[in-house]
Amino acid sequence: MAIKDKLSGNEAVAIAMRQIDPDVVAAFPITPSTEVPQYFSQFVANGQVHTEFVAVESEHSAMSACIGAEAAGARTMTATSSQGLALMWEMLYIAASLHLPIVMSVINRALSGPINIHNDHSDSMGARDSGWIQLYCEDNQEAYDNLIQAVRIAEHKDVQLPVMVCFDGFITSHAVENIELIEDEKVKAFVGEYKPGYHLLNKDNPIALGPLDMPAFYFEHKRAQAECMQNAKKVIMEVAQEFEKLTGRKYGFFEEYRMDDAEVAVVVLNSTAGTAKTVVNELRDQGIKAGLIKPRVFRPFPFEEIGKALSGLKAVAVMDKAESFSTAGGPLFAEIRSAMFDYAKDTKAINYIYGLGGRDVRADEIKLVYQDLIDIARTGQVKSTFNYLGIRE
Amino acid sequence: MAAYNLKTLTDKPERLTGGHRMCAGCGAPIVVRTVLRALKPEDHAVVGTATGCLEVSTCIYPYTAWKDSFIHSAFENAAATVSGAEAAYRAMSRTGKVNGTTKFIAFGGDGGTYDIGFQSLSGAMERGHDMVYVCYDNEAYMNTGIQRSSSTPKYADTTTSPAGSDIPGKVQFKKDLTMVMAAHNIPYVAQSAPFRNMRDLYEKAEKAIYTPGPAFLNVMAPCPRGWRYNTPQLMEVVRLAIDSCVWPLYEVIEGKFVLNYKPRKKIPVVDYLKPQGRFRHLFTKENEGLLEELQQEVDRRWNRLLELCGEA
Ligand SMILES: Cc1ncc(C[n+]2csc(CCOP(=O)(O)OP(=O)(O)O)c2C)c(N)n1
Ligand code: SF4
Ligand SMILES: [Mg+2]
Repeated sequence: MAIKDKLSGNEAVAIAMRQIDPDVVAAFPITPSTEVPQYFSQFVANGQVHTEFVAVESEHSAMSACIGAEAAGARTMTATSSQGLALMWEMLYIAASLHLPIVMSVINRALSGPINIHNDHSDSMGARDSGWIQLYCEDNQEAYDNLIQAVRIAEHKDVQLPVMVCFDGFITSHAVENIELIEDEKVKAFVGEYKPGYHLLNKDNPIALGPLDMPAFYFEHKRAQAECMQNAKKVIMEVAQEFEKLTGRKYGFFEEYRMDDAEVAVVVLNSTAGTAKTVVNELRDQGIKAGLIKPRVFRPFPFEEIGKALSGLKAVAVMDKAESFSTAGGPLFAEIRSAMFDYAKDTKAINYIYGLGGRDVRADEIKLVYQDLIDIARTGQVKSTFNYLGIRE
Repeated sequence: MAAYNLKTLTDKPERLTGGHRMCAGCGAPIVVRTVLRALKPEDHAVVGTATGCLEVSTCIYPYTAWKDSFIHSAFENAAATVSGAEAAYRAMSRTGKVNGTTKFIAFGGDGGTYDIGFQSLSGAMERGHDMVYVCYDNEAYMNTGIQRSSSTPKYADTTTSPAGSDIPGKVQFKKDLTMVMAAHNIPYVAQSAPFRNMRDLYEKAEKAIYTPGPAFLNVMAPCPRGWRYNTPQLMEVVRLAIDSCVWPLYEVIEGKFVLNYKPRKKIPVVDYLKPQGRFRHLFTKENEGLLEELQQEVDRRWNRLLELCGEA
C-alpha cells in the first residue's frame, strides 16, 4: 500500500534519497536546496542509510567529489540551486563526458545578478547543453517520482549519463502538499543494485579516466555521448512504464492537458503548469478549445513528439521562466519553435518570458496569454512574437 | 622499515611507465615514480591528477602511462575528485563491494595546488580523507607556457612576470604553502625534493601513504624549460636549493616539526640562482641589492624553521 503523507518538495526528494540509499552524497548548502543535504545528513547521523556524506567546501568540489565517487563505482547523488549549479558548470560537462550516472536535484532559483533567492529557470537552462539529462517537475509528487526514475535512467547501460531533476524553488521545494510515497522495499527493488561496468576500485582491471583527447578522437567521443542521449529517449519511456506499473502514475516526455481537440495551447514548465491548468479548465467551461503541454524531459529534447503534438493547433504560446538574451525568445521557445518548423508549420507560435526572479504569475495573467492566442487564432495575425508577462513597464 | 636501498627499490615494477611525453630532465616524473614506489606492491592505488604538464603528458588517449587506476577531471579539483573516490571506497567497503587495500593519491602542479586548487585541497585535508596530496612544485604554470604562480620565487622571470627595464621579474615572494598546510593540523605534512638517492622523498611518501588520514607532500620538481638550467643539471639544481636553504627538507608529524637535513655549510643563495636563466637579469651591478634581499628572506625563513624544529 502506498503511503499517504504531506511533505514539501525538499522533504520528498530527501526521502527518495533515503530510500535509494546511495553510496555517496557530496553537497554544499544553497537556498532553496539546502534542506535536502540537511535532511539527508540526519538520515546518515541516524544510521538510516549506509551513505558516505561528504560535506564539501563548495559546489565545484561537490560535483568534483561526485565525479570521483561515481568513477569509483559508487551510486552518487547531490542537490543544488542557482549559483551552486553555476559554480559546478565546468564539472557538469566533465561528469557527462565521463559517462558518470550521477543524479542531482536542481531546485530552480534565479541566477545572480542581481542576487535573488526566488524561483526561475535560469540556472538549469544555463546547463541545458552540458550533456545532462533534464527532467522537470510540476510538484512534490513529480519531484519524488522523477528522482527515483532518474537513477534507473542514468544507470541504464545504454545511457550512462547524469540526470538533473529540476523543480521550482520555494513553490515546490518548501510548500507542503499531499504526496503518495512508495514503500522503502519497493523503491529499493525498483532502483536495484548498482553494478558499474568499469570503475576505479576494480584493482583487477585498472582504468584511466579523463585523458587528453586530441582531434583524432575527441569528435567521436562527443558523438558517442550524443548517442547515449539518443538512447535515453527509449529508456526514459521504458522506465516510465515500469514506474506506472508500480504506482499507477503515468509519465512521458511531456504531459498533454486537454489537448485532444485543442486549438490554442500554452507550453510551460514546472509549477506554473498547475496554475495554467486551472485557466484551461475555466476556458473550457466557456467553450474555448484551450490546452496545455508541460514538458517533463527537456534533455534529450523530444523534437518530433512535441512538434507533432502541436501540429493542427492554430496558435501556441511558449512560456519561458528564463531570459536567454538572444533577443529571439527564451530557450524553451527557441527549441519548440524549431520542432514546429518541421512538424507544425501552420501553427503560429509566440513567446512569453515570465516570472523572473520569482515574480508571481497569477491565473489572470495566464488568461491574457490565452486571450492573445485566441485573437491570433481568429485573425491569423501575430502582433508580437516576443513578449513579457507580468512586468512593470 | 628495512634499510633504504635505491638499487633494490628500483627493481620494483614501475607504476608510471616510460613512454610518457614529459620533457627530458623534468623533475615531475621522477617525483611521481618515487612516490608510487613507496606503495606496497600488493596495494592498489587510485591516482588523480590536476590538469598540467604531468596530466597532459602521461595520459593521451588512447594511451596511459599509469599502471594504477587513474582519473583526471579538471585543473583546480584533484583533491576533491580523489576525496570522492575515497568516500566511495569507505561506503563500498561497508557494504562489502570492494576488498583489499586501495590507496588514494592526488598529484597537482604548483598552479593546481597553491593557486586555483587551493580551496579544494584545503577542504579535502580538513575533511580528513585518507589520502595523500602531492604537489610537484615547478614554480610556475609550465603547461601553458611558464606563467607566474604564487609559488614562483621573487624576481623570477616568467611570461606573466617578465623581467623588464622597470620591473625585475615577479615582485612578490613565494607563498609558503607547506607551512599553510601544517596549519591544517593534519597527521602528516612534509617538504621534500628528488635529492641524492631519493631516500628523503621515498621515506616521506611511505609515511604519507601509510599514515591514516590526510597527508600533504610539497616536492620541488625543477623544470628545465621554465627555470632555464642545463637539462642534465636537474639533480645539481635541487642540491643547490637544499644546501642554500631555499628549499629545506622537513616534516610535520602530528604537529611536531622535524628538520631532516641541515647543510654542513650553508651556501649563498646566488649559487642556486646562478645556473638558472630565469634569474639571469639579477646578475648586474644595479641589481645587487635584489640578490641581497633574496638572501635575507631565505635566512629569515630558515631561522624560523630552525626555531620550529627546535634546532635554533
Ligand atoms: C579552470 C582552468 N583555467 C585554466 C586552465 C589552463 N591551464 C591548464 S594547466 C595550467 C597551468 C598548470 O600549472 P601547474 O599546476 O603549475 O602545473 P605544471 O603545468 O606547471 O606542471 C593552466 C593555466 C585550465 N585547464 N582550467
Ligand atoms: S615544461 Fe617543464 S614541467 Fe613541463 S614537462 Fe617540460 S620540463 Fe616538465
Ligand atoms: Mg607548475
